[in-house]
Amino acid sequence: MTRVLLFGRLADLAGWRDRTLTAEPGTLGELRQILAAADAALGEALGAAGVRAAVDKVLVTGDLALTPGAEVAFMPPMSGG
Amino acid sequence: MIRLTDAPFDAGAELTRFAEGRTVTGAVASFLGLARGEAGAPAALELEAYAGFPESQIAAFVETAVDRFALHDARIVHRIGAIAPGEAIVLVLTAATHRRAAFEACDYLMDYLKSQAPLWKKEFGAGGPRWVEPTARDFADLGRWR
Repeated sequence: MTRVLLFGRLADLAGWRDRTLTAEPGTLGELRQILAAADAALGEALGAAGVRAAVDKVLVTGDLALTPGAEVAFMPPMSGG
Repeated sequence: MIRLTDAPFDAGAELTRFAEGRTVTGAVASFLGLARGEAGAPAALELEAYAGFPESQIAAFVETAVDRFALHDARIVHRIGAIAPGEAIVLVLTAATHRRAAFEACDYLMDYLKSQAPLWKKEFGAGGPRWVEPTARDFADLGRWR
């Protein structure tokens, strides 16, 4: 069970911000494919420049293996301050 | 060192507490960011945060500021949730031996917060809700420190 969190405009686009998948993707790339198959617009937005991913609250780049029960967050460009 | 809060905070009290009891610090600098209006119309803000994530990310960055500017201390108070026009969004406090390091560290920390802290700002202005994204100017400001 992989938990997926969306933030900012990504959550507005998808219409959800926190979802637990019954699927257990083995990699971040597989998770992206699952999300894109369910919602093409979201899939495209997740791959856009400036969108970052964190796995279990650690920022990651590229593809990597996901452990069962991983929490994956997709984050658009950040705007604090 | 980092406090996220969904309630308004007293910047004066934060500054007083931060400056208290120091014996080697010669300079405390502060920056206070406010929710401002656009084109004369006040805009409410909503700050979204990834619970438990910004604190560790911001704390790690504050450590780089402490090393780089030889700070004695630094503190960031940042609002999350709904923010009314005119309310404070962020307070940055830095303490150093001399003023230059304290001023520069304040500037450095704000440039980081604008585009690198995991927070998302939604503006509710006259034109409807809009997610704020960092501008080219924000990235250029951050680039000054590389």
